[in-house]
Amino acid sequence: MSLLQVRDVSKHFGKLVAVDGVSLTVEPGELRAVIGPNGAGKTTFFNLVSGFFPPTRGSIVFDGRDITSLSEHRRVRLGMARTFQVTEIFPELTVRENLRVPVEVAAGRRLSPWLTKAADAGIRARVGELMEMGGIADKADRLVGELSHGDQRATEIMMSLALNPRLLLLDEPTAGMGDQETYNITRLIRRLHRDQKQSIVLIEHDMRVIFHLADRIMVLAEGAVLAEGTPDEIAADERVQAAYLGKAA
Amino acid sequence: MSALRQQVPNAVVWLVLLTMPYWMGAVGGYTELASRVVVLGLAAMALNFLLGFTGVLSFGHAAYFGLGAYGVGMTIKYLVPSTPLGILVGAAVGTLAAMVIGALIVKLRGVYFAMVTIAFGQVFFFIAFRWNEVTGGDDGLTGWKRQALDLGFTRVDILGSDKAFYYLVLAVFAACVAAMALLLRSPFGRTLIAIRENERRARFLGIPVEQHIWLSFVISCFFVSIAGTLYALLSNFTDPRALRWDQSGNFVIMAVLGGMRSFWGPLIGAAIFVVLQDYVSSQTENWMSVIGVFFMLVVLFFPRGVLGILRRRLAS
Ligand SMILES: Nc1ncnc2c1ncn2[C@@H]1O[C@H](COP(=O)(O)OP(=O)(O)O)[C@@H](O)[C@H]1O
Ligand SMILES: [Mg+2]
Repeated sequence: MSLLQVRDVSKHFGKLVAVDGVSLTVEPGELRAVIGPNGAGKTTFFNLVSGFFPPTRGSIVFDGRDITSLSEHRRVRLGMARTFQVTEIFPELTVRENLRVPVEVAAGRRLSPWLTKAADAGIRARVGELMEMGGIADKADRLVGELSHGDQRATEIMMSLALNPRLLLLDEPTAGMGDQETYNITRLIRRLHRDQKQSIVLIEHDMRVIFHLADRIMVLAEGAVLAEGTPDEIAADERVQAAYLGKAA
Repeated sequence: MSALRQQVPNAVVWLVLLTMPYWMGAVGGYTELASRVVVLGLAAMALNFLLGFTGVLSFGHAAYFGLGAYGVGMTIKYLVPSTPLGILVGAAVGTLAAMVIGALIVKLRGVYFAMVTIAFGQVFFFIAFRWNEVTGGDDGLTGWKRQALDLGFTRVDILGSDKAFYYLVLAVFAACVAAMALLLRSPFGRTLIAIRENERRARFLGIPVEQHIWLSFVISCFFVSIAGTLYALLSNFTDPRALRWDQSGNFVIMAVLGGMRSFWGPLIGAAIFVVLQDYVSSQTENWMSVIGVFFMLVVLFFPRGVLGILRRRLAS
């Protein structure tokens, strides 16, 4: 069974049609990229999938269940986690504290008024593991707001991973990053996909990143699907070259 | 070593609170003033559970404070002459009201939340003000007194001895403050701080934000209504001013004055407020303007409150 089936969703903002009849199917373990020029509706599409706002039309099925009208936190509980194009973190808390919140939520502890020693140790261990994986362990006790852009993005990705999501939605994870930072994040995403079979939908701007990572690519333009296929098919597609690659080059 | 350093402020606070009735006289105060500091300190700390640690501003906490005050007074006057029972009833009434009102307003944010909390608060004010036969109306609820505590093996005369009453207040304060500290260090408390820091991120980490804000509101109102019961017991009296909007404003002033990001800040703010009020009101009618000016100076120059300044001094 497919993990995510988005069926013909649209989103209207007044007269503007930001997303126009987009469908997408994601299989378990797949890394799917969504590309398209600025204003194509990529972020709006993520907002529909993650429950930021409801679609004007269409439906979203996650793991066989219709979630079209489900609230965002319920979608998270079903296994959907996301990052934002503009980093959303807890800037005045440390890296450790940032990660601790989702780890405790994932452990079903969000309402707990206390923790046993054993539970606390388990949570600390998981936080440590996530910091290692994200390459931010050496900054554990720094305030996230003081870290570099790249480290903030890494923290946000690890916070989403802390929820043990079945599907991870990443909105331009390398936006605004230098080469080294882009390389680090790309390597992290590749490892998640290859080694942990993490299902990912990734919005990207940087074409170099996409073509080496994605199993399949969906190209959006003016809210609608322009093309869909493997990286090689997309690279060869003339409409894509005209609408997007041409502009980017 | 750093754990030790963290314990120092706690030790200082408890030492001061435990000995207060014994040196209050020497510095020109009196035991009842000490009790006022602790009671209003509890109210301000309770408000700050919501304001400082969840990031939600209520301008109507006097409603629950006042419900606690009337709850204890009316229980002792009309039902059972028992101080502990009165406290329980007062806290229950305030908390129940908070559960209902909280559910109605929990979707609102920022100024809208604050304005609606004022509006609901004023409803209770008018009820207390108008319902003469039961509440005593504008004259307040009189004709009752706090009752001696019967502990089984001994009786504690909290009515005749100001000191005994002070230590009852302090014991209740300690229990409440310990509970709040425990909650704030728990996974639940961390979700509240997460909501304060970034509500959108909290939502997309799977936290049902409305539910958590409702809980924080109810917990905060529970503790503020306990403070309200103690406030009425302190003077064996309560009147509609206990639940008027300006009383709510006073709690906010205390929290901000002392520093709403620090746990003890609101207690310090309450102490400054109460002492200033006591001193200045004996000098001039217009004590509220003095507090107002002092408050504005602190907010303008020390946005983190009095404890914020102290902390920076100690750190540097
Ligand atoms: N909340 C919103 N209200 C109104 N218009 C919006 C909103 N979000 C996005 N849009 C508009 O929808 C279009 C698509 O935006 P977006 O999804 O952010 O594009 P992308 O992520 O592909 O750059 C843009 O024209 C944008 O201005
Ligand atoms: Mg975007």
